[in-house]
Amino acid sequence: MTGLDLAFAAVGVVAAASGLLAVTTRHVVHAALWLVVCLGSVAGCYLVLGAELVALVQVLVYVGAVVVLVLFALMLTRAPIGPRAEISTSRLHRALAAVLGAGVTVLLASVLLPLAHPVDRHETDTTVLSRELFGTWVWPFEVLSLLLLAALVAALAVSRVGARSGDVRDGAARAEAELRTARGDAS
Amino acid sequence: MTGADALEVVVRAVAVLAAFLVLPLLVGQTEHKVMAHMQGRLGPMYAGGFHGWAQLVADGVKFVQKEDITPAAADKGVFRFAPAVALVPYLVAMAVIPLSPDVVAADAPAGAVFVLAVTAVGILGTLMAGWASANKYSLLGAMRAAAQLLSYELPMVLAVASVCLAAGTLSLTGIAHAWSPWWLLWQLPGAVVFLVSAVAELQRPPFDMPVADSEIVFGAYTEYTGLRFAFFLLSEYAGIVVMSLLFTVLYLGGWQGPLSDQLGWLWTVLKGFCIAVVVIWLRVAWPRLREDQLQRLAWLVLVPLALAQLALTGVWVVLTA
Repeated sequence: MTGLDLAFAAVGVVAAASGLLAVTTRHVVHAALWLVVCLGSVAGCYLVLGAELVALVQVLVYVGAVVVLVLFALMLTRAPIGPRAEISTSRLHRALAAVLGAGVTVLLASVLLPLAHPVDRHETDTTVLSRELFGTWVWPFEVLSLLLLAALVAALAVSRVGARSGDVRDGAARAEAELRTARGDAS
Repeated sequence: MTGADALEVVVRAVAVLAAFLVLPLLVGQTEHKVMAHMQGRLGPMYAGGFHGWAQLVADGVKFVQKEDITPAAADKGVFRFAPAVALVPYLVAMAVIPLSPDVVAADAPAGAVFVLAVTAVGILGTLMAGWASANKYSLLGAMRAAAQLLSYELPMVLAVASVCLAAGTLSLTGIAHAWSPWWLLWQLPGAVVFLVSAVAELQRPPFDMPVADSEIVFGAYTEYTGLRFAFFLLSEYAGIVVMSLLFTVLYLGGWQGPLSDQLGWLWTVLKGFCIAVVVIWLRVAWPRLREDQLQRLAWLVLVPLALAQLALTGVWVVLTA
Protein backbone atom coordinates (compact mmCIF):
# COMPACT_ATOMS: atom_id res chain seq x y z
CA MET A 1 0.00 0.00 0.00
CA THR A 2 1.56 3.26 -1.11
CA GLY A 3 1.00 6.81 0.09
CA LEU A 4 -1.23 7.43 -2.92
CA ASP A 5 -3.46 4.49 -1.97
CA LEU A 6 -3.75 5.85 1.55
CA ALA A 7 -4.57 9.35 0.28
CA PHE A 8 -7.18 7.99 -2.12
CA ALA A 9 -8.74 5.83 0.62
CA ALA A 10 -8.86 8.83 2.98
CA VAL A 11 -10.64 11.19 0.55
CA GLY A 12 -12.89 8.31 -0.54
CA VAL A 13 -13.97 7.61 3.03
CA VAL A 14 -14.61 11.33 3.63
CA ALA A 15 -16.65 11.53 0.40
CA ALA A 16 -18.74 8.47 1.28
CA ALA A 17 -19.30 9.54 4.90
CA SER A 18 -20.27 13.12 4.00
CA GLY A 19 -22.54 11.83 1.24
CA LEU A 20 -24.28 9.58 3.75
CA LEU A 21 -24.61 12.49 6.19
CA ALA A 22 -26.02 14.70 3.44
CA VAL A 23 -28.93 12.33 2.83
CA THR A 24 -29.54 11.30 6.44
CA THR A 25 -29.36 14.66 8.23
CA ARG A 26 -32.66 16.16 9.39
CA HIS A 27 -31.48 19.76 8.86
CA VAL A 28 -32.10 20.87 5.31
CA VAL A 29 -29.26 23.43 5.19
CA HIS A 30 -26.85 20.95 6.81
CA ALA A 31 -27.58 18.60 3.94
CA ALA A 32 -26.38 21.26 1.48
CA LEU A 33 -23.27 21.89 3.59
CA TRP A 34 -22.42 18.16 3.76
CA LEU A 35 -22.81 18.14 0.00
CA VAL A 36 -20.01 20.75 -0.11
CA VAL A 37 -17.72 18.39 1.84
CA CYS A 38 -18.73 15.49 -0.40
CA LEU A 39 -18.08 17.35 -3.67
CA GLY A 40 -14.83 18.73 -2.28
CA SER A 41 -13.54 15.27 -1.42
CA VAL A 42 -14.55 13.97 -4.84
CA ALA A 43 -12.35 16.78 -6.20
CA GLY A 44 -9.67 15.39 -3.87
CA CYS A 45 -10.08 11.97 -5.52
CA TYR A 46 -9.49 13.53 -8.95
CA LEU A 47 -6.41 15.30 -7.58
CA VAL A 48 -4.94 12.06 -6.21
CA LEU A 49 -5.49 10.42 -9.61
CA GLY A 50 -3.57 13.26 -11.30
CA ALA A 51 -6.46 15.11 -12.98
CA GLU A 52 -5.63 18.53 -11.56
CA LEU A 53 -7.77 20.65 -13.88
CA VAL A 54 -10.86 18.45 -13.47
CA ALA A 55 -10.49 18.73 -9.68
CA LEU A 56 -10.21 22.52 -9.83
CA VAL A 57 -13.17 22.86 -12.19
CA GLN A 58 -15.16 20.58 -9.86
CA VAL A 59 -14.47 22.98 -6.97
CA LEU A 60 -15.08 26.11 -9.07
CA VAL A 61 -18.37 24.94 -10.60
CA TYR A 62 -19.92 22.64 -8.01
CA VAL A 63 -18.75 24.12 -4.70
CA GLY A 64 -18.39 27.72 -5.84
CA ALA A 65 -21.53 28.01 -7.94
CA VAL A 66 -23.97 25.08 -7.75
CA VAL A 67 -24.03 24.67 -3.97
CA VAL A 68 -24.07 28.45 -3.48
CA LEU A 69 -27.14 28.51 -5.74
CA VAL A 70 -28.72 25.66 -3.74
CA LEU A 71 -28.10 27.53 -0.47
CA PHE A 72 -29.46 30.73 -2.02
CA ALA A 73 -32.63 28.93 -3.09
CA LEU A 74 -32.96 27.38 0.40
CA MET A 75 -32.67 30.83 1.96
CA LEU A 76 -35.52 32.06 -0.24
CA THR A 77 -37.66 29.46 1.53
CA ARG A 78 -37.97 29.51 5.30
CA ALA A 79 -34.67 27.56 5.68
CA PRO A 80 -35.41 26.60 9.28
CA ILE A 81 -32.68 26.15 11.86
CA GLY A 82 -33.09 22.70 13.39
CA PRO A 83 -35.16 19.72 12.18
CA ARG A 84 -38.76 20.27 11.11
CA ALA A 85 -41.45 17.59 11.10
CA GLU A 86 -43.40 19.03 8.16
CA ILE A 87 -40.50 18.71 5.70
CA SER A 88 -39.30 15.31 6.92
CA THR A 89 -40.16 12.13 5.05
CA SER A 90 -42.19 9.34 6.64
CA ARG A 91 -40.64 6.21 8.15
CA LEU A 92 -41.86 4.08 5.26
CA HIS A 93 -40.22 6.36 2.71
CA ARG A 94 -37.00 6.34 4.68
CA ALA A 95 -36.98 2.54 4.89
CA LEU A 96 -37.68 2.23 1.16
CA ALA A 97 -34.94 4.73 0.33
CA ALA A 98 -32.48 2.86 2.57
CA VAL A 99 -33.28 -0.45 0.85
CA LEU A 100 -32.95 1.11 -2.60
CA GLY A 101 -29.67 2.83 -1.67
CA ALA A 102 -28.26 -0.37 -0.20
CA GLY A 103 -29.28 -2.29 -3.32
CA VAL A 104 -27.55 0.17 -5.65
CA THR A 105 -24.45 0.15 -3.42
CA VAL A 106 -24.27 -3.67 -3.47
CA LEU A 107 -24.78 -3.74 -7.23
CA LEU A 108 -22.07 -1.17 -7.91
CA ALA A 109 -19.68 -2.74 -5.39
CA SER A 110 -20.12 -6.24 -6.90
CA VAL A 111 -19.29 -4.86 -10.34
CA LEU A 112 -16.50 -2.44 -9.41
CA LEU A 113 -14.68 -4.13 -6.50
CA PRO A 114 -13.25 -7.01 -8.66
CA LEU A 115 -11.73 -4.30 -10.91
CA ALA A 116 -10.03 -2.51 -8.00
CA HIS A 117 -6.25 -2.19 -8.18
CA PRO A 118 -3.62 0.05 -6.58
CA VAL A 119 -3.87 3.73 -7.49
CA ASP A 120 -2.51 4.23 -10.99
CA ARG A 121 -1.72 7.92 -11.27
CA HIS A 122 -1.86 9.45 -14.76
CA GLU A 123 -0.61 13.02 -14.68
CA THR A 124 -3.11 14.57 -17.12
CA ASP A 125 -1.71 17.69 -18.71
CA THR A 126 -4.18 20.51 -19.40
CA THR A 127 -3.01 20.61 -23.01
CA VAL A 128 -3.79 16.91 -23.49
CA LEU A 129 -7.18 17.35 -21.86
CA SER A 130 -8.13 20.32 -24.03
CA ARG A 131 -6.90 18.58 -27.19
CA GLU A 132 -9.13 15.58 -26.40
CA LEU A 133 -12.07 17.78 -25.45
CA PHE A 134 -11.93 20.03 -28.51
CA GLY A 135 -10.72 17.30 -30.89
CA THR A 136 -12.11 13.82 -30.31
CA TRP A 137 -15.07 14.87 -28.14
CA VAL A 138 -15.92 18.20 -29.71
CA TRP A 139 -19.38 17.17 -31.02
CA PRO A 140 -20.72 15.75 -27.73
CA PHE A 141 -19.29 18.87 -26.05
CA GLU A 142 -21.09 21.23 -28.44
CA VAL A 143 -24.35 19.26 -28.24
CA LEU A 144 -24.19 19.45 -24.45
CA SER A 145 -23.71 23.22 -24.58
CA LEU A 146 -26.72 23.46 -26.93
CA LEU A 147 -28.75 21.44 -24.42
CA LEU A 148 -27.74 23.80 -21.61
CA LEU A 149 -28.59 26.82 -23.76
CA ALA A 150 -32.03 25.36 -24.52
CA ALA A 151 -32.59 24.73 -20.81
CA LEU A 152 -31.58 28.33 -20.05
CA VAL A 153 -33.94 29.80 -22.63
CA ALA A 154 -36.72 27.48 -21.47
CA ALA A 155 -36.25 28.52 -17.83
CA LEU A 156 -36.49 32.17 -18.87
CA ALA A 157 -39.58 31.45 -20.99
CA VAL A 158 -41.30 29.56 -18.15
CA SER A 159 -40.73 32.40 -15.70
CA ARG A 160 -41.87 35.03 -18.25
CA VAL A 161 -44.99 33.13 -19.34
CA GLY A 162 -45.91 32.49 -15.71
CA ALA A 163 -45.76 36.22 -15.00
CA ARG A 164 -47.75 37.17 -18.12
CA SER A 165 -50.58 34.66 -17.66
CA GLY A 166 -51.98 36.93 -14.99
CA ASP A 167 -50.54 35.80 -11.63
CA VAL A 168 -49.34 39.30 -10.95
CA ARG A 169 -52.51 41.01 -12.15
CA ASP A 170 -54.70 38.56 -10.26
CA GLY A 171 -52.72 39.28 -7.13
CA ALA A 172 -53.06 43.03 -7.62
CA ALA A 173 -56.81 42.77 -8.29
CA ARG A 174 -57.28 40.62 -5.21
CA ALA A 175 -55.32 43.09 -3.07
CA GLU A 176 -57.44 45.94 -4.41
CA ALA A 177 -60.66 44.04 -3.68
CA GLU A 178 -59.48 43.32 -0.16
CA LEU A 179 -58.63 46.99 0.30
CA ARG A 180 -62.15 47.98 -0.85
CA THR A 181 -63.76 45.50 1.56
CA ALA A 182 -61.62 46.86 4.35
CA ARG A 183 -62.65 50.43 3.51
CA GLY A 184 -66.30 49.39 3.28
CA ASP A 185 -66.04 47.85 6.76
CA ALA A 186 -64.53 51.02 8.11
CA SER A 187 -67.21 53.37 6.68
CA MET B 1 10.12 12.44 1.03
CA THR B 2 13.45 13.18 2.68
CA GLY B 3 14.07 15.33 5.73
CA ALA B 4 15.25 18.28 3.62
CA ASP B 5 12.07 18.17 1.52
CA ALA B 6 9.89 18.10 4.61
CA LEU B 7 11.82 21.04 6.06
CA GLU B 8 11.36 22.98 2.83
CA VAL B 9 7.60 22.39 2.89
CA VAL B 10 7.44 23.62 6.49
CA VAL B 11 9.51 26.72 5.71
CA ARG B 12 7.32 27.57 2.72
CA ALA B 13 4.11 27.10 4.73
CA VAL B 14 5.44 29.32 7.54
CA ALA B 15 6.45 31.99 5.00
CA VAL B 16 2.93 32.01 3.51
CA LEU B 17 1.41 32.22 6.99
CA ALA B 18 3.69 35.14 7.87
CA ALA B 19 2.75 36.98 4.66
CA PHE B 20 -0.90 36.21 5.37
CA LEU B 21 -0.65 37.77 8.84
CA VAL B 22 1.44 40.83 7.90
CA LEU B 23 0.23 41.99 4.47
CA PRO B 24 -3.49 42.40 5.38
CA LEU B 25 -2.49 44.50 8.42
CA LEU B 26 -0.35 46.65 6.14
CA VAL B 27 -3.29 47.16 3.78
CA GLY B 28 -5.58 47.91 6.74
CA GLN B 29 -3.23 50.56 8.11
CA THR B 30 -2.87 52.04 4.61
CA GLU B 31 -6.64 52.19 4.37
CA HIS B 32 -6.86 54.09 7.69
CA LYS B 33 -4.31 56.63 6.51
CA VAL B 34 -5.30 56.98 2.85
CA MET B 35 -8.99 57.41 3.72
CA ALA B 36 -8.12 59.92 6.43
CA HIS B 37 -6.02 62.05 4.09
CA MET B 38 -8.59 61.90 1.29
CA GLN B 39 -11.25 63.08 3.75
CA GLY B 40 -9.05 65.84 5.24
CA ARG B 41 -8.55 64.29 8.69
CA LEU B 42 -5.73 62.58 10.58
CA GLY B 43 -6.85 59.01 11.21
CA PRO B 44 -5.46 57.02 14.15
CA MET B 45 -2.47 58.94 15.58
CA TYR B 46 -1.67 57.61 19.08
CA ALA B 47 -1.18 53.81 19.21
CA GLY B 48 2.53 52.96 18.91
CA GLY B 49 3.72 56.55 18.70
CA PHE B 50 4.62 57.32 15.07
CA HIS B 51 1.40 58.18 13.23
CA GLY B 52 -0.52 55.46 15.05
CA TRP B 53 1.23 52.60 13.26
CA ALA B 54 0.18 50.05 15.91
CA GLN B 55 -3.53 50.83 15.71
CA LEU B 56 -4.42 47.49 14.10
CA VAL B 57 -2.33 45.56 16.61
CA ALA B 58 -4.26 47.36 19.36
CA ASP B 59 -7.51 46.50 17.55
CA GLY B 60 -6.44 42.86 17.48
CA VAL B 61 -5.77 42.87 21.23
CA LYS B 62 -9.20 44.44 21.75
CA PHE B 63 -10.91 41.77 19.65
CA VAL B 64 -9.18 38.97 21.59
CA GLN B 65 -10.41 40.39 24.89
CA LYS B 66 -14.05 40.67 23.79
CA GLU B 67 -16.60 38.08 24.84
CA ASP B 68 -17.31 35.46 22.20
CA ILE B 69 -21.11 35.38 21.97
CA THR B 70 -23.14 32.73 20.14
CA PRO B 71 -26.82 33.71 19.88
CA ALA B 72 -29.20 31.30 21.68
CA ALA B 73 -31.28 30.61 18.55
CA ALA B 74 -28.28 30.17 16.28
CA ASP B 75 -27.16 26.92 14.68
CA LYS B 76 -24.12 26.76 16.93
CA GLY B 77 -21.76 24.50 14.98
CA VAL B 78 -22.23 26.27 11.65
CA PHE B 79 -22.13 29.70 13.34
CA ARG B 80 -18.78 28.97 14.96
CA PHE B 81 -17.24 27.34 11.90
CA ALA B 82 -18.23 30.03 9.37
CA PRO B 83 -15.32 32.49 10.00
CA ALA B 84 -12.78 29.74 9.25
CA VAL B 85 -14.52 28.92 5.95
CA ALA B 86 -14.36 32.59 5.00
CA LEU B 87 -10.71 33.03 5.99
CA VAL B 88 -8.84 29.86 4.98
CA PRO B 89 -9.48 30.07 1.18
CA TYR B 90 -7.52 33.33 0.97
CA LEU B 91 -4.65 31.77 2.92
CA VAL B 92 -4.59 28.85 0.46
CA ALA B 93 -4.86 31.20 -2.54
CA MET B 94 -1.89 33.20 -1.31
CA ALA B 95 0.29 30.07 -1.48
CA VAL B 96 0.17 29.85 -5.30
CA ILE B 97 0.60 33.55 -6.20
CA PRO B 98 4.18 34.11 -7.40
CA LEU B 99 6.07 37.22 -6.30
CA SER B 100 8.89 36.32 -8.70
CA PRO B 101 9.82 33.11 -10.57
CA ASP B 102 11.71 31.96 -7.46
CA VAL B 103 9.58 33.48 -4.69
CA VAL B 104 6.46 31.32 -4.83
CA ALA B 105 5.33 28.89 -2.15
CA ALA B 106 3.70 26.35 -4.48
CA ASP B 107 3.98 26.79 -8.25
CA ALA B 108 0.75 25.08 -9.35
CA PRO B 109 0.51 24.19 -13.08
CA ALA B 110 -3.06 25.56 -13.24
CA GLY B 111 -2.51 28.41 -10.75
CA ALA B 112 -5.03 30.81 -12.32
CA VAL B 113 -7.90 28.30 -12.05
CA PHE B 114 -6.71 27.34 -8.58
CA VAL B 115 -7.02 30.90 -7.24
CA LEU B 116 -10.47 31.35 -8.80
CA ALA B 117 -11.73 28.00 -7.48
CA VAL B 118 -10.42 28.56 -3.98
CA THR B 119 -11.69 32.12 -3.59
CA ALA B 120 -15.12 30.95 -4.81
CA VAL B 121 -15.29 28.73 -1.71
CA GLY B 122 -14.94 31.73 0.61
CA ILE B 123 -18.50 32.89 -0.11
CA LEU B 124 -19.76 29.77 1.68
CA GLY B 125 -18.45 31.29 4.93
CA THR B 126 -20.63 34.37 4.48
CA LEU B 127 -23.66 32.24 3.57
CA MET B 128 -23.14 29.96 6.59
CA ALA B 129 -22.71 32.98 8.87
CA GLY B 130 -25.84 34.67 7.57
CA TRP B 131 -28.03 31.59 7.80
CA ALA B 132 -26.78 30.27 11.15
CA SER B 133 -27.13 33.61 12.96
CA ALA B 134 -30.94 33.25 13.16
CA ASN B 135 -31.27 36.96 12.43
CA LYS B 136 -33.25 38.39 9.53
CA TYR B 137 -30.68 41.09 8.77
CA SER B 138 -27.96 38.44 8.64
CA LEU B 139 -30.05 36.31 6.29
CA LEU B 140 -30.77 39.29 4.01
CA GLY B 141 -27.09 40.16 3.97
CA ALA B 142 -26.10 36.60 3.12
CA MET B 143 -28.64 36.47 0.28
CA ARG B 144 -27.39 39.74 -1.14
CA ALA B 145 -23.83 38.43 -0.87
CA ALA B 146 -24.73 35.18 -2.65
CA ALA B 147 -26.54 36.98 -5.48
CA GLN B 148 -23.66 39.43 -5.87
CA LEU B 149 -20.92 36.81 -5.85
CA LEU B 150 -22.68 34.55 -8.34
CA SER B 151 -23.13 37.50 -10.72
CA TYR B 152 -19.58 38.79 -10.50
CA GLU B 153 -17.92 35.36 -10.59
CA LEU B 154 -18.78 35.02 -14.28
CA PRO B 155 -17.15 38.20 -15.68
CA MET B 156 -14.12 37.55 -13.48
CA VAL B 157 -13.63 34.01 -14.79
CA LEU B 158 -14.09 35.27 -18.37
CA ALA B 159 -11.53 38.05 -17.86
CA VAL B 160 -8.98 35.59 -16.43
CA ALA B 161 -9.73 33.17 -19.29
CA SER B 162 -8.83 35.93 -21.75
CA VAL B 163 -5.42 36.44 -20.12
CA CYS B 164 -4.77 32.69 -20.04
CA LEU B 165 -5.66 32.52 -23.72
CA ALA B 166 -3.27 35.36 -24.52
CA ALA B 167 -0.44 33.71 -22.56
CA GLY B 168 -1.25 30.19 -23.75
CA THR B 169 -0.95 28.78 -20.23
CA LEU B 170 -2.91 28.49 -16.97
CA SER B 171 0.21 28.82 -14.82
CA LEU B 172 0.52 32.19 -13.06
CA THR B 173 4.30 32.16 -13.46
CA GLY B 174 3.87 31.38 -17.17
CA ILE B 175 1.36 34.20 -17.61
CA ALA B 176 3.69 36.77 -16.06
CA HIS B 177 6.54 35.46 -18.24
CA ALA B 178 4.42 35.83 -21.39
CA TRP B 179 3.37 39.36 -20.46
CA SER B 180 4.54 42.31 -22.55
CA PRO B 181 3.73 46.04 -22.18
CA TRP B 182 1.45 45.76 -25.24
CA TRP B 183 -0.97 43.82 -23.01
CA LEU B 184 -1.72 47.03 -21.10
CA LEU B 185 -3.72 48.15 -24.13
CA TRP B 186 -4.75 44.78 -25.57
CA GLN B 187 -6.11 43.40 -22.26
CA LEU B 188 -7.35 46.74 -20.91
CA PRO B 189 -11.12 45.94 -21.05
CA GLY B 190 -10.45 42.61 -19.34
CA ALA B 191 -8.33 44.35 -16.69
CA VAL B 192 -11.13 46.82 -15.92
CA VAL B 193 -13.68 43.98 -15.73
CA PHE B 194 -11.37 42.02 -13.42
CA LEU B 195 -10.77 44.95 -11.07
CA VAL B 196 -14.48 45.82 -10.82
CA SER B 197 -15.46 42.17 -10.24
CA ALA B 198 -12.67 41.77 -7.68
CA VAL B 199 -13.94 44.75 -5.67
CA ALA B 200 -17.47 43.32 -5.93
CA GLU B 201 -16.31 39.85 -4.82
CA LEU B 202 -14.67 41.41 -1.78
CA GLN B 203 -17.94 43.21 -1.01
CA ARG B 204 -16.05 46.48 -0.74
CA PRO B 205 -17.67 49.85 -1.40
CA PRO B 206 -19.20 50.76 -3.85
CA PHE B 207 -20.36 47.11 -3.92
CA ASP B 208 -21.07 46.74 -0.19
CA MET B 209 -24.81 46.07 -0.41
CA PRO B 210 -24.38 42.81 1.60
CA VAL B 211 -23.07 44.73 4.61
CA ALA B 212 -24.94 48.03 4.07
CA ASP B 213 -24.94 49.31 7.65
CA SER B 214 -27.76 51.81 7.15
CA GLU B 215 -30.15 49.10 5.91
CA ILE B 216 -29.24 45.71 7.37
CA VAL B 217 -26.92 46.58 10.31
CA PHE B 218 -23.85 44.63 9.16
CA GLY B 219 -25.35 41.92 6.99
CA ALA B 220 -24.15 38.38 7.65
CA TYR B 221 -21.68 39.54 10.32
CA THR B 222 -24.25 41.32 12.54
CA GLU B 223 -24.26 38.71 15.31
CA TYR B 224 -20.49 38.17 15.43
CA THR B 225 -18.24 39.51 18.18
CA GLY B 226 -14.61 39.31 19.22
CA LEU B 227 -12.15 37.14 17.41
CA ARG B 228 -14.68 35.56 15.03
CA PHE B 229 -15.71 39.01 13.81
CA ALA B 230 -12.03 39.91 13.46
CA PHE B 231 -11.56 36.84 11.25
CA PHE B 232 -14.20 38.14 8.85
CA LEU B 233 -12.47 41.53 8.75
CA LEU B 234 -9.11 39.83 8.22
CA SER B 235 -10.54 37.78 5.35
CA GLU B 236 -11.67 41.02 3.67
CA TYR B 237 -8.18 42.51 3.86
CA ALA B 238 -6.51 39.23 2.92
CA GLY B 239 -8.88 39.25 -0.05
CA ILE B 240 -7.63 42.71 -1.06
CA VAL B 241 -4.04 41.41 -0.89
CA VAL B 242 -4.82 38.30 -2.96
CA MET B 243 -6.81 40.18 -5.59
CA SER B 244 -4.23 43.00 -5.90
CA LEU B 245 -1.35 40.55 -6.30
CA LEU B 246 -3.39 38.50 -8.78
CA PHE B 247 -4.17 41.63 -10.81
CA THR B 248 -0.46 42.47 -10.78
CA VAL B 249 0.55 39.03 -12.00
CA LEU B 250 -2.18 38.80 -14.65
CA TYR B 251 -2.25 42.32 -16.07
CA LEU B 252 0.87 44.21 -14.95
CA GLY B 253 3.53 41.60 -15.67
CA GLY B 254 4.25 40.77 -12.03
CA TRP B 255 8.00 41.03 -11.45
CA GLN B 256 8.84 42.58 -14.84
CA GLY B 257 10.71 45.88 -14.53
CA PRO B 258 14.25 47.26 -14.22
CA LEU B 259 16.63 44.90 -12.36
CA SER B 260 13.92 42.22 -12.32
CA ASP B 261 16.54 39.50 -11.76
CA GLN B 262 17.46 40.85 -8.34
CA LEU B 263 14.42 42.90 -7.34
CA GLY B 264 11.61 40.95 -9.04
CA TRP B 265 9.57 40.24 -5.89
CA LEU B 266 9.84 43.91 -4.88
CA TRP B 267 8.24 44.96 -8.18
CA THR B 268 5.32 42.56 -7.68
CA VAL B 269 4.75 43.81 -4.14
CA LEU B 270 5.01 47.47 -5.19
CA LYS B 271 2.58 47.07 -8.10
CA GLY B 272 0.22 45.08 -5.90
CA PHE B 273 0.37 47.79 -3.25
CA CYS B 274 -0.59 50.43 -5.85
CA ILE B 275 -3.62 48.32 -6.85
CA ALA B 276 -4.57 47.96 -3.17
CA VAL B 277 -4.47 51.77 -2.85
CA VAL B 278 -6.77 52.01 -5.90
CA VAL B 279 -9.20 49.58 -4.21
CA ILE B 280 -9.16 51.79 -1.10
CA TRP B 281 -9.56 54.89 -3.25
CA LEU B 282 -12.70 53.40 -4.85
CA ARG B 283 -14.21 53.08 -1.38
CA VAL B 284 -13.69 56.77 -0.65
CA ALA B 285 -14.69 58.02 -4.09
CA TRP B 286 -18.02 56.27 -4.81
CA PRO B 287 -21.33 55.93 -2.98
CA ARG B 288 -22.92 52.51 -2.56
CA LEU B 289 -24.68 50.96 -5.56
CA ARG B 290 -28.30 49.85 -5.18
CA GLU B 291 -29.01 46.11 -5.54
CA ASP B 292 -30.64 46.41 -8.97
CA GLN B 293 -27.90 48.76 -10.25
CA LEU B 294 -25.35 46.26 -9.03
CA GLN B 295 -26.93 43.34 -10.91
CA ARG B 296 -27.45 45.51 -14.00
CA LEU B 297 -23.76 46.47 -14.02
CA ALA B 298 -22.69 42.83 -13.80
CA TRP B 299 -25.00 41.37 -16.46
CA LEU B 300 -25.41 44.24 -18.93
CA VAL B 301 -21.93 45.82 -18.81
CA LEU B 302 -19.28 43.50 -17.39
CA VAL B 303 -20.34 40.17 -18.94
CA PRO B 304 -20.67 41.55 -22.51
CA LEU B 305 -17.39 43.45 -22.06
CA ALA B 306 -15.61 40.32 -20.84
CA LEU B 307 -17.06 38.28 -23.71
CA ALA B 308 -15.93 40.92 -26.21
CA GLN B 309 -12.45 40.85 -24.67
CA LEU B 310 -12.38 37.06 -24.90
CA ALA B 311 -13.39 37.22 -28.59
CA LEU B 312 -10.77 39.91 -29.29
CA THR B 313 -8.05 37.88 -27.57
CA GLY B 314 -9.08 34.71 -29.38
CA VAL B 315 -9.07 36.36 -32.81
CA TRP B 316 -5.71 38.01 -32.20
CA VAL B 317 -4.11 34.80 -30.88
CA VAL B 318 -5.36 32.81 -33.89
CA LEU B 319 -4.25 35.50 -36.38
CA THR B 320 -0.75 35.86 -34.94
CA ALA B 321 -0.19 32.17 -34.21
